[in-house]
Amino acid sequence: MDWGSIISNALRSVVGLETVIFAMAAVGLNVQFGYAGLLNFGQAAFVAIGAYGLAIMVFFAGLSLWVGLAVGIGGAVVLALLLGVPTLRLRADYLAIATIAAAEIVRIAFRSSTLREWTGGSNGITGFDGQFYALNPLSNGTYGFGPWRFSERLTWVLLVGWVLLILFCVLVWLLMRSPWGRVLKGIREDEDAVRSLGKNVYAYKMQALIIGGVIGAFAGFIYALGRAAVQPDLYGTELTFFAYTVLLVGGAARVFGPVVGAAIFWLVLSLTDNVLAQAINAGYVSSSIMNPNQVGQVRFMLVGVLLMLLMIYRPQGIFGDKREIALNAR
Amino acid sequence: MRKIAAVWVGLVLAILATFLTGTMASASTASPSPTGVASTPAGSPTAGGTSPGASEQPAQGVRVFIREGRQGIAGAKVTVSQGDKEVATGETDERGAVVIGVPAAGEYTVTVDTGSLGGKELESDTITREVRPDEIAPVAFRVGQPAAPGEGAASGGIELSLVSQLVAQGLRFGLIIALAAIGLSLIFGTTGLTNFAHGELVTFGAVVAYLFNVTIGLPLLVAAPLAVIVGGLFGWAQDRGLWGPLRNRSTGLIAMMIVSIGLALLLRYLILFQFGGTTKSFSDYQGQAGKAIGPVLLRPIDMISMGVAIIMLLLVSVALLKTKLGKATRAVADNPALAASTGIDVDRVIRSVWISGAALAALAGVLLGLVQGINYQMGLQILLLVFAAVILGGLGTAFGALAGGIVVGLFIEVSTLWVPTELKNVGALAVLIIILLVRPQGLLGRRERIG
Repeated sequence: MDWGSIISNALRSVVGLETVIFAMAAVGLNVQFGYAGLLNFGQAAFVAIGAYGLAIMVFFAGLSLWVGLAVGIGGAVVLALLLGVPTLRLRADYLAIATIAAAEIVRIAFRSSTLREWTGGSNGITGFDGQFYALNPLSNGTYGFGPWRFSERLTWVLLVGWVLLILFCVLVWLLMRSPWGRVLKGIREDEDAVRSLGKNVYAYKMQALIIGGVIGAFAGFIYALGRAAVQPDLYGTELTFFAYTVLLVGGAARVFGPVVGAAIFWLVLSLTDNVLAQAINAGYVSSSIMNPNQVGQVRFMLVGVLLMLLMIYRPQGIFGDKREIALNAR
Repeated sequence: MRKIAAVWVGLVLAILATFLTGTMASASTASPSPTGVASTPAGSPTAGGTSPGASEQPAQGVRVFIREGRQGIAGAKVTVSQGDKEVATGETDERGAVVIGVPAAGEYTVTVDTGSLGGKELESDTITREVRPDEIAPVAFRVGQPAAPGEGAASGGIELSLVSQLVAQGLRFGLIIALAAIGLSLIFGTTGLTNFAHGELVTFGAVVAYLFNVTIGLPLLVAAPLAVIVGGLFGWAQDRGLWGPLRNRSTGLIAMMIVSIGLALLLRYLILFQFGGTTKSFSDYQGQAGKAIGPVLLRPIDMISMGVAIIMLLLVSVALLKTKLGKATRAVADNPALAASTGIDVDRVIRSVWISGAALAALAGVLLGLVQGINYQMGLQILLLVFAAVILGGLGTAFGALAGGIVVGLFIEVSTLWVPTELKNVGALAVLIIILLVRPQGLLGRRERIG
């Protein structure tokens, strides 16, 4: 067992690509679920729209990166409107079912061979990331220190990702201490009370859905550019549930909850992945019990257990306030 | 603290149950499986599906399928070429499939020799496909009318026989959905829980039946009832060990919903871990020829499973309407507090709902396994359709779920007249959202505030 590499991999994953992507998706969810109490189970669709909007515009339409970004953001706004109009008047559980259904519609549409000419079908799209990496001011080589040494490509994506993530956190912080944010939290606590004060609850919820969705689309940009590929099955319901776990680990309705949550989440997953893989290689775990292919499946079981235990024992996560979690709403 | 300990007991029970199933199921794959489905090591979550002829797999190539409906066509000659150069040829096996390796990644054209199809015509006989390194790209040909220019598929008139065939298939699928939906709807009605782990109850039933049928070697007629009983026990264990204690410490409904998502993830990947990522089938009733009844072609096993589903649904309906427990169940679903104040033992009702709901879901799993094979994702794939059925009928109403299930099943199959088959579930999910827009209480639900 090479503990050095296990620990250095785990430390790398704390700032790694997945951490940025899921933290960003969870910041979006935080606006929707943490602050507004909207149980959006379709965050994967927003991430997918962002990623595909960018990839399709650049690769198939041959337009510039900036058009791709604009289309991704626009797509997320349109999806939020389409999704919000029928569902935002519904009770939480109906909203959850409707949004998860919409997310599956988006994924199935992207992977269908009928739309293959525009979406690349189940293989997805590659070869759209050239413009982004052409903007990279860093020359070839590795950057960073200690375990955090990355290639110039990865450093560039991570740099952009973390700057965006911090900006979104600041945005959420500013929004939530504004009057707008207080109304939003009021809606989470008691919708009727806010309505009786003459606020348009529906409009506030819609705005929260759009803002959270657009932040999700940015997670999609980073996902697409970081992997230099989009592939429809990456945007399944599991992505949404991972983002929820990230949010709930850190603590919903806390500005930095998603960021801390994502770092801890991927640290734990990286540790278990690496420890298990090395234990199998070293022969500590017999291959009749587990083969290397199955290590990835343990990750999902772990997330499932984590989600259950969190909800049962500590629904407010690490930093959250139990009174501020919209879990008893009906 | 005893309650919390009970949560753990439930978790351990659930894990043990799936591990037991899986260890035995994986033991069986070591022996040559009777259906000839190749058993490959479990792949990544996205790698599902069967892989024919796993003996010598080329690094990259194409997997050609030639199908007429669900039936493969054997002995068709297939040519793979790049540009004008012929690269390789092959002939399909009895399942209509052949894997043809290519030397390097690139774009290849796959052509079927239409003369070798025995007079059948393909929708198109040439497909161009990009093959990536280390990828076996699937290429599917379907027998059908070649698209005549200037004549759309819909304008040509829809054949009556095709419609009735789709209606029969839709009914078959709808009955399965209804079986799963009744449990989901009653659990929601009596406890308020939106159970995202219900799909895994369906998978669990199918996997347990596979264990009894293929691993132990019992005939399916014995294995299926056993699977239903084990499914019911699993439902009891879940309620006893997890949901009951959570209700008693008055956990919020949304928190419980997220717990059910965690449970679904845990169970789904436990099943994948032990059962493997490939689609397997029961050892009985394979390769039955369809029998024509009027314009409809169905296998005898389809008729039996539809009959079983109808009988079970009738039994449940009669039980709900006539028996004391059934009446109590409907009363609790209507208003738990009022029901409790009239002396109904609400906990007992909820426990019996969990047992029967899980047993019905297990039966749905067995029947679904007969139609499309057993796969760790089958529950996830049917879950949203079950939700659609439940919402269409009205959340919490048993008969609404029944009607909703059949409507959704019919809709999905019949919609393939106009919608490409791979998009058929999209239609059902879109209907789900539209129903929520115009009649959120569902077809049979009562109007109440749900906003």
